[in-house]
Amino acid sequence: MSGAAATLSTARRRLVVDSLGIWVIAIIVGGIFGFTARQGGLSLVEAIGFSSILFAGAAQYAAVGLLAVNTPWPSIVLLVWLLNARHLLYSASVAPYTTKLSLKLRAGLAYLLTDEAFALTTAHIARLGRIDVKGAWYAGFTIFIPWNLSTIAGWLAGAALPDPATIGLDVVFAAAMAGLAIGLVKDRAALVALLVGCSSAVAAALLIDPSAAIMIGGIVGPLAGLALFRRRA
Amino acid sequence: MTNDLFSTDLVPLAILGGIGTYAARALPMLVPGIDRLPPAVLEYLRLIGPAVLGAIAAASVFVQGGAFTVGPEAVAVFAGAAVGRWRGNLLLGMVVSVLVVLTLRATLGA
Repeated sequence: MSGAAATLSTARRRLVVDSLGIWVIAIIVGGIFGFTARQGGLSLVEAIGFSSILFAGAAQYAAVGLLAVNTPWPSIVLLVWLLNARHLLYSASVAPYTTKLSLKLRAGLAYLLTDEAFALTTAHIARLGRIDVKGAWYAGFTIFIPWNLSTIAGWLAGAALPDPATIGLDVVFAAAMAGLAIGLVKDRAALVALLVGCSSAVAAALLIDPSAAIMIGGIVGPLAGLALFRRRA
Repeated sequence: MTNDLFSTDLVPLAILGGIGTYAARALPMLVPGIDRLPPAVLEYLRLIGPAVLGAIAAASVFVQGGAFTVGPEAVAVFAGAAVGRWRGNLLLGMVVSVLVVLTLRATLGA
């Protein structure tokens, strides 16, 4: 075996090991999404549509939550887009490594570029110094497959599942969101965005309407972080 | 709750949300030039992630029944996030959150 092949093999093994925790999260959180979607009045087909077409965990939960309080569709769509705007940066970060790939390949890989896939892919690229197309597909499907299968399972098993609160699973989603949020804090601007986003969301939920909370937190928080960034610049 | 398996009324909403989501994921890879946006715009986009995800978590644990609440859920989520950050392991943080909320509810009778 050549050195390069050994390096690729080693990197792929590490990728698979790193992905195991992601599989577990995707199964648990995807299953809870299926259950939540059913509780929120979505049909099985609609729940599958959210998980396969929209395919963005936090945005899916937010959309179902907003539907439950009769938020107008344009507001939900705007929130989903805002919520997923961060993917621009993921894509921009990976883009320099994909310029020699075909347009179809880039379009396909982009479809699977979730938070977790980005994390796995960038770590894999860092180990190899280049993109490994098979590794990138693996990183994407590591989320897509368990997420969609567990959405179906969660929806179908919904009636049979115990009340999530009785086994503590009602905090899993908030815990995942908080964990992901804190994981994205790399500097003071991000910390300010997080803290202001949290506090303004809580204030909006109390003073205006729960459906406005995430939107307001998502707009005001980055503005506060940006103010810090611009002052420093 | 619905038992309807095949209703498709909300599929267009998933498609509309998916269009913007896919655009965000694909445009920089398909149309190079994102790196030429003004730095302030790029910085704003970067900060949306922590702000929105934090807002979702905060609004769900601190506001219950229309009132500000600091209950077992808030403590559990904070503890789990802290452990997850400390150990660099999101799954561990989620497990800690579940254990903490169960313990607090059993202790407080909440």
